[in-house]
Amino acid sequence: MMGLVPGPEGAAVRGEVARILPFSAVDGPGNRGVVFLQGCDFGCGYCHNPETRMACALCGACIGACPESALSGGPGSRPAWDRSRCRDCGSCVAACSHGSSPKVRSMEAREALDELEPYRPFLRGITVSGGECLLQSDFLAELLEQGRARGLPGLVDTNGSRPLASLPRITSAAEGFMLDVKAWNEAEHIALTASSNSTVLQNLGFLARQGSLFEVRTVIVPGSFDLEETVRETSAVLAAARSMARYRLIRYRPWGVRPERAAALSEPDEDLMARLAALALAQGAASVLVS
Amino acid sequence: MDSAETTIRDRGLSYRQKAAALARLGEERIAPLHISRRTEELRSARVVCDLMEGPAPWRPRYILPDYEAYFRKGSEFLRIEAPRDLLGAVFALLSIYRQIPSITGYPVWLGDLDSLLEPFALPNESDGLAPEQDRILRMFMEQIDRDLPDSFCHADLGPRATRVGRAILRHQRGAARAVPNLSLRYDSELTEDSFAEEAASCALDCAKPSFANHRLFQADFDALGLGPYAIASCYNGLPVGGGSCTLVRLNLAAFASNARVSGMSPEDFISGPLAEAVASVLEYIQERVRFVMRESGFFESSFLAAEGIIDPSRFTAMFGLVGLAECVNALLAGRGARFGHDRAADELGMAILGEINRLVAAHRDPNLKASGGRYLLHAQVGIDSDSGVSPGCRIPIGEEPPLPQHLLRSAPFHGPFVAGTGDVFAFEPTARANPGQIVDAVKGFFALGGRYFSCYAADSDVIRVTGYLVKRSEVERLRHGEVVPNASTVLGKNAIDNLKVLDRAIRR
Ligand code: SF4
Ligand code: SF4
Repeated sequence: MMGLVPGPEGAAVRGEVARILPFSAVDGPGNRGVVFLQGCDFGCGYCHNPETRMACALCGACIGACPESALSGGPGSRPAWDRSRCRDCGSCVAACSHGSSPKVRSMEAREALDELEPYRPFLRGITVSGGECLLQSDFLAELLEQGRARGLPGLVDTNGSRPLASLPRITSAAEGFMLDVKAWNEAEHIALTASSNSTVLQNLGFLARQGSLFEVRTVIVPGSFDLEETVRETSAVLAAARSMARYRLIRYRPWGVRPERAAALSEPDEDLMARLAALALAQGAASVLVS
Repeated sequence: MDSAETTIRDRGLSYRQKAAALARLGEERIAPLHISRRTEELRSARVVCDLMEGPAPWRPRYILPDYEAYFRKGSEFLRIEAPRDLLGAVFALLSIYRQIPSITGYPVWLGDLDSLLEPFALPNESDGLAPEQDRILRMFMEQIDRDLPDSFCHADLGPRATRVGRAILRHQRGAARAVPNLSLRYDSELTEDSFAEEAASCALDCAKPSFANHRLFQADFDALGLGPYAIASCYNGLPVGGGSCTLVRLNLAAFASNARVSGMSPEDFISGPLAEAVASVLEYIQERVRFVMRESGFFESSFLAAEGIIDPSRFTAMFGLVGLAECVNALLAGRGARFGHDRAADELGMAILGEINRLVAAHRDPNLKASGGRYLLHAQVGIDSDSGVSPGCRIPIGEEPPLPQHLLRSAPFHGPFVAGTGDVFAFEPTARANPGQIVDAVKGFFALGGRYFSCYAADSDVIRVTGYLVKRSEVERLRHGEVVPNASTVLGKNAIDNLKVLDRAIRR
């Protein structure tokens, strides 16, 4: 887990940015620029980008792993990353045993948005994702406020571990939220993510009632938690709040998951996905998307 | 065996395909055009090419009838009255389509189907088409596919959403046919987002409609005094009620293999071989136009002209080009700069295009009234025998940059092509979950000056080859020696083999 790096007095807030993607079809409605922030407070077994979880431990192990000599420095300091040499081969991330990446950059919100600027004509907005973006809430607020000023309204993609009811700057600056409900039962949630879900479920109700919930997601991993209970209860909350949020049921797939973890997890079949989608609709979810 | 006998004995051609091939042989027995030695040399070097228009152009290559005029007055020649209801309207259209000449023998433009038919639409309770009308419209579209089996038959929709437009998209999506080719004339201020998204979903499923930048096309046509335009054939922007006498193309890729050219400085190339070749194309177009307009007798014998459904003064001619990428890459081979990737290469591409545009815009043909005798530039999509020649100004398949960079680099190259150009993108099937992404990409592309955008999902049966559509399943039948109705399937099969069309980058 990591927080933002505080700047000197009066300086702009800086954030730890894992990656900026100029064009995405899968992070909200339309075409969106995505800013992934580094650091996450959950430890999900099926994490698809485990390199976004932790701060760099300054071990230097990745430096020698780079076939393009894009990394330099040594133990005790953050590796320097030469973007012009990087070919995105992923060797550095594979070599990192600390859940981090040498390609994380410390940036101001303005700098992150500047990178999306050439693509602005194609974008309906931005999505701030992670890692867990609420862990850098000041930087997130800056991104959302400045993005909106540039005509790029922002969606927040969150695991819901921080109470949004007490983050008014975020809720007023965001266009909407996408929230993960990983499991309904708390003990199962803890087994799955090493964290409680009580704040997540509070947020689910709060955002649904506020009308700012765009999407709720559950990754369907058979055998890892009570799938039916999770889908049923989550849908019931949406229905009770008359939320228009779409409920997205995501097939677990082993891509990007650490191999030692992936071996223990199974993929759902079509039948199961269809059954769960029908259950969500029957419980009153406004729309369901299986992906 | 001579070619007539080969054609007659061919087991793989349908009756109509044989008749068209035999007619062509008849045409090839005369050579009434005056062609200079220099142009003949460039033709045999495949630098200049009339795209199989034949040695005696006896009709304009592309004809875009004024269907609204036809609907107002009917036709004496065809003994058709002005239609009063939807059934009468589709009957009138189906009665005239086969009377419209073109290079392919089939009409290349079927009309702005939605605005033509919407006045006859009767709504149902949910603001769709009444069921009986929906059925008439569905059968009309089915008949077009059966009766006009040619992928260059093109119909237009938009810019505004209509009941008919939505119904056509729904039918097309369900049927997945290659005919007709379709364009949505898109204007972010006139076209509802929901309609544009329906069009994008339809395109992912069956490779059509393409999106045409309506504001840009109309502004260009207005500036040239050409009035209303439509998209015909592949993606050819042409005046409604007129068309194009001819299309001659300049193959810039043919220079790439020319030893004299490959060692040249870009400046020497532009002022030397390029300028010479442009002059030859202009001369050749002018001679073909002269024959069509003054000697062929076409307009004198056409009921379309006599009845005001076409107007000779609305005919233009098209200057086509292909292979800009290969030409630039050859000129910059020493520096290793690649078109679509390096700024220097894109700048040289723009310089070459700018010079061609300047020379074409300066030329006036005394036999044409439309736009004062000025020809229109067209990014030709290639012919099936081309190999290593990218359509128009496209970035070669296999070298495409990621989608956002691709759109940014391509948009400026669309500007000069008033008579049409386009880029084609293959998407992951998962794009179906978010058609809004495609509409957003189109909006941005058009805001940056892009003119025409086509897409399909990588798993769809109907795909866009270069500008026209084929069914992959039909290509497979052809490979197994079966006779298929659509002559364009043969072109598609060859283009798939020669241009690696199935290897397009798949976009997420
Ligand atoms: S992703 Fe980039 S920095 Fe990392 S190892 Fe590969 S080339 Fe080096
Ligand atoms: S990114 Fe990972 S491997 Fe590289 S220095 Fe940081 S902790 Fe070590």
